Amino acid sequence: MSLMLNLVLLVFLLVMAIAVLKTKHLFAMAMLFGLYSLLVAGLFVVLDAPDVAFTEAAVGTGISTVLMLVTLASIKDGHEAVSSTKRKIGPLIICLVMGGLLIFGTHDIAKLGEIHSPPNDQVAAYYITQGQAETGVPNLVTAVLASYRGFDTLGEVTVVLTAGIGVLLLLGQRRKIHVKKRGQTHDDQ
Amino acid sequence: MIEYILGHINYWFIIAVMMVGLYTLISRANLIKKLAGLAIFQTAVILFYVSLGKVTGGTVPIVDEAYTLYSNPLPQVLMLTAIVVGVATTALGFALVIRIKEAYNTIEEDAIFTLDQKDHE
Amino acid sequence: MMTNDLILRVVTKWLSPIIILFALYVQFHGDYSPGGGFQAGVIFSTAILLYALTYGLDAALKVIPETALRVAASFGVLLYGGVGVVSMLLGGNFLNYSVLADTPLAGQHIGIIVIELGVGITVAAVMILLFFTFSRRVDPE
Repeated sequence: MSLMLNLVLLVFLLVMAIAVLKTKHLFAMAMLFGLYSLLVAGLFVVLDAPDVAFTEAAVGTGISTVLMLVTLASIKDGHEAVSSTKRKIGPLIICLVMGGLLIFGTHDIAKLGEIHSPPNDQVAAYYITQGQAETGVPNLVTAVLASYRGFDTLGEVTVVLTAGIGVLLLLGQRRKIHVKKRGQTHDDQ
Repeated sequence: MIEYILGHINYWFIIAVMMVGLYTLISRANLIKKLAGLAIFQTAVILFYVSLGKVTGGTVPIVDEAYTLYSNPLPQVLMLTAIVVGVATTALGFALVIRIKEAYNTIEEDAIFTLDQKDHE
Repeated sequence: MMTNDLILRVVTKWLSPIIILFALYVQFHGDYSPGGGFQAGVIFSTAILLYALTYGLDAALKVIPETALRVAASFGVLLYGGVGVVSMLLGGNFLNYSVLADTPLAGQHIGIIVIELGVGITVAAVMILLFFTFSRRVDPE
């Protein structure tokens, strides 16, 4: 049952990804991207990860899509130019090679939901059996995030802050910087 | 054979989504579209990690006396932070796109490349 | 500015406080139910985003001034690092919360709640700040 739900959502997901690839209208692409994120959030719920689903629903459907729309409104360019068809074969080959290698690699992964697969047997088993006794927090995701991997999380929060500072440095000025018109650069020098 | 396919088809679909994302990233010249492709690729990788931690018959990793079998919390923790960091870095990408638009008045990679070459001559 | 957006305005007015309340629930009940700092931070920021999208950037800036956001973004990381330093001063390792209270379990609980708060403040502040910074670049038509 869970697998059926999984597959239906994954087929929708693939359709959305292809729609994002195909559409020429960038505003429509932003909305499709929001739908894609919502489907991913649904998949996370099926995969027993409500914490991740929360985040993906708020980030992917909310913030990311809104930021994409605001960027489009700011650059006032809603259409993708019809690009020349010269670069189609190379990327396709790269993608097919990557996908083929990855699918070949999945041969060694235990099937979905296997209890005694390597990712589930090692440190994760320790977290599940000892987590609540050692931290007093029943939600193991919070326990691992904040306590066992506190150092890791400190780094992640610093990355978020750094990215925010970077955006402020790039766009923070109240006035737009006037860049010299292209082509005039040479005459000036 | 059927069992093998049913156990792995989930991964194959996720890899297909990954391929579509990567193809969008490489083949399209529009910078916004490239960033959307990058985000799709990233989400697919996140999905792959989370699906590795799924346990059949398991439940959400919140300890309760009524359950004994839980899914793996570790991939969820790592991917949770990766999503938030991902949107912050994507926003940085959008900021760069806005600045590129101001400097070059286009967000098509080909046009930017042509303008740069004209500068060098 | 649109003029025929009455429904949008009314719905936003009702919805934003509920979203903020839910964010606070996710933040402080994250030990027992799904949730935590990252989730609460992004949910909180969506409430402000919704408000800013409906009522305009100036109205949203009245609710949360940008300077406060910059201070909050740095304060969250400081709070997180501060917990680590405090646990070092009390004789433990960096970010080992067990020394924060009399029993290791109580110490762990205090530490987790405080650092989740730090994460939530930083994530919410940075996300809102990103949106404000971007939307300032949009020229009014």
